[in-house]
Amino acid sequence: MISIQNISKWYGTFQVLKNCSTEVAKGEVVVVCGPSGSGKSTLIKCVNALEPFQQGDVTVNGISVSDPKTDLPRLRSQIGMVFQHFELFPHMTVTENLTLAQIKVLGRSREEAGAKAHALLKRVGMEVHAEKFPGQLSGGQQQRVAIARGLAMDPIAMLFDEPTSALDPEMINEVLDVMVGLAHEGMTMMVVTHEMGFASKVANRVIFMDEGEIVEDAPTNDFFGKPRSERAQHFLSKILHH
Amino acid sequence: MKYNWNWLIFWEPAPDGVGVYLSWLISGLGWTVGTALAAWVIALVLGAAVGTLRTTPIRWAVRLGNMYVELFRNIPLLVQMFLWYFVLPELVPTTIGDAIKQLAPPWGSYWPAVLCLGFYTSARVAEQTRAGINSLPRGQSMAGTALGLTLPQTYRYVLLPMAFRIVLPPLTSEFMNIIKNSAVALTIGLVELTSRARAMQEFSFQVFEAFTAATVIYILLNIVVVILMRFVEKKVAVPGFIGSAGGPQAGH
Amino acid sequence: MFAGFDLDVIQRSLPYLFREGMTFTLTLTALAMSGGVVFGTLLAMMRLSSLGPLSWFAGGYVNLMRSIPLVLVIFWFYFLVPWIGGWIIGADRPIQVGAFWSSVITFTLFEAAYYCEIMRAGIQSIPRGQVSAGYALGLNYWQTMGKIVLPQAFRNMTPVLLTQTIILFQDTSLVYVLSITDFLGAASKVAQRDGRLIEMYLFVAVVYFIISFAASYSVRRLQARIAIVR
Repeated sequence: MISIQNISKWYGTFQVLKNCSTEVAKGEVVVVCGPSGSGKSTLIKCVNALEPFQQGDVTVNGISVSDPKTDLPRLRSQIGMVFQHFELFPHMTVTENLTLAQIKVLGRSREEAGAKAHALLKRVGMEVHAEKFPGQLSGGQQQRVAIARGLAMDPIAMLFDEPTSALDPEMINEVLDVMVGLAHEGMTMMVVTHEMGFASKVANRVIFMDEGEIVEDAPTNDFFGKPRSERAQHFLSKILHH
Repeated sequence: MKYNWNWLIFWEPAPDGVGVYLSWLISGLGWTVGTALAAWVIALVLGAAVGTLRTTPIRWAVRLGNMYVELFRNIPLLVQMFLWYFVLPELVPTTIGDAIKQLAPPWGSYWPAVLCLGFYTSARVAEQTRAGINSLPRGQSMAGTALGLTLPQTYRYVLLPMAFRIVLPPLTSEFMNIIKNSAVALTIGLVELTSRARAMQEFSFQVFEAFTAATVIYILLNIVVVILMRFVEKKVAVPGFIGSAGGPQAGH
Repeated sequence: MFAGFDLDVIQRSLPYLFREGMTFTLTLTALAMSGGVVFGTLLAMMRLSSLGPLSWFAGGYVNLMRSIPLVLVIFWFYFLVPWIGGWIIGADRPIQVGAFWSSVITFTLFEAAYYCEIMRAGIQSIPRGQVSAGYALGLNYWQTMGKIVLPQAFRNMTPVLLTQTIILFQDTSLVYVLSITDFLGAASKVAQRDGRLIEMYLFVAVVYFIISFAASYSVRRLQARIAIVR
């Protein structure tokens, strides 16, 4: 479904992505991990072309994201994205956050969008907060709303960019629970995260990145069982053994 | 419809018979710079003093400083110009008033203009100075006090030296403002740059050449000021300290 | 020294001062503010755009306007607008543009440069992630700007925009150089006619002070309220 082919990206002379390639099949959950600055967030933002890249290509269901003829807003609306800092729109209520793009991009009626929003808020356990503003919610609550906002577009896949790393520890699980639920329903997901518990529980594959390269791309059990590269072993030993 | 450009107009003799039009503009530039510099001295001295007062724990001084700033900020510059030029000589004792009115031509407009621009800008400098001092961490003044420095010493050795560096960039734009604002003095008869350009337009009918020339001169003046202030900023920069120039501000 | 102080001249001319003069001043302020904010916001979007020529044009325009005196700009447009107007409609002579519209155009275009810088700061104060989130939802540039970035930028910048408008209100007094009857112009005419410069100019100063002070006081109140909400 998502195919990343040999993409490279530079900031000036500094190369942030080096020839990265991978595939995410329909219904697959792929976790991307690696030390900070390894390019994992950049990689996931290339999938919906939030970050431009200079070489290679990304296709989603066969449609190239770098082709100038591609209707990017339409393509993006089919891929949900959840950000590290939630990025809810602070001047809109929770419901308005969920309905804005449904109405403006998908052309749904206000009622239809509202009904969808209500159903999704219920699903992430946020229906009582529907009329609050983002600033009145905790981080975990905001992130659940953000997931619901992505789902409201009926996406074919969801991208998660470190969805729990800006959260206080006690709020991480409420967000992960929603994500696990999604995975069990068969949602195609690409998740940048350090939550190795989540990875081992639901991921089909784990991608390990370092210094802009995909160092390892292996089925979950293989990755945790016997990581091939020394860099991945080193990384795992650092984050698993406290 | 055609406008007859004549860029050679600057080298044609001006009607006063003394020089060419270009020399009019240059004399205007001289008065613009002369007015701005003199007013800047007043603005800096008064502004720094009032701005500093407003950060002290002395309640009455703060209130007085606030009133000063509000007074000069809330009356249009042009109205202030008229107050200094037309009204002040009537409000002071007659002998002084008469002396003011008898000042020889350029000076009769020059001094009111300098005072007006100086006081007007001092209110803005005071605002910048206060913001600069307040932007210093509170620990700075506490550290000064903890070392046994008196309040004036804390200001003299701890707060003002850093605050001065912080307010340098906003002061640069205040200085450019004073140059631009000096054009308002043409309403009280000061023959500065804009006034000269206007006169040239009236006598030569070459509107756009005259105004283009004035515009270019103002831009060059701006560039010179920016370069000079950059030089000063570099001179006084403290290694490892990156000044932050506050948020956006309304102004000109 | 206040012997001969004639308060009656003020009272006699009140209707003229306010009905003619202040009406002009306030109308000019309101029109130039609306036009200036709209044009200034467009300029800010151009300045921040990744298209070279657009941001160059906007940057050049703003820097030009900000480096020359308003008085000179007023003269510029007073002579330029008739020529441009004539050129647009294809007339063979510069057209007649009334002093009122000439000053509306002047102040709109001049203040736009200042509003632009405020809006630019406002737009830049919105985290990049907000734009990304808009795009990720499939919104296009105009939708992202119009629904997400600009509403927040406006809200954050309202106090500064209003403060700039108070400055604009004071600046409009400079139409005096075109002999227009704004508030100051009206007072000045009475002052010259009746030989009552002191009374009239002091009165004008007091009126401007009261209006500007009250306005900036309200802006500060508003600012404090916004700060709490946030």
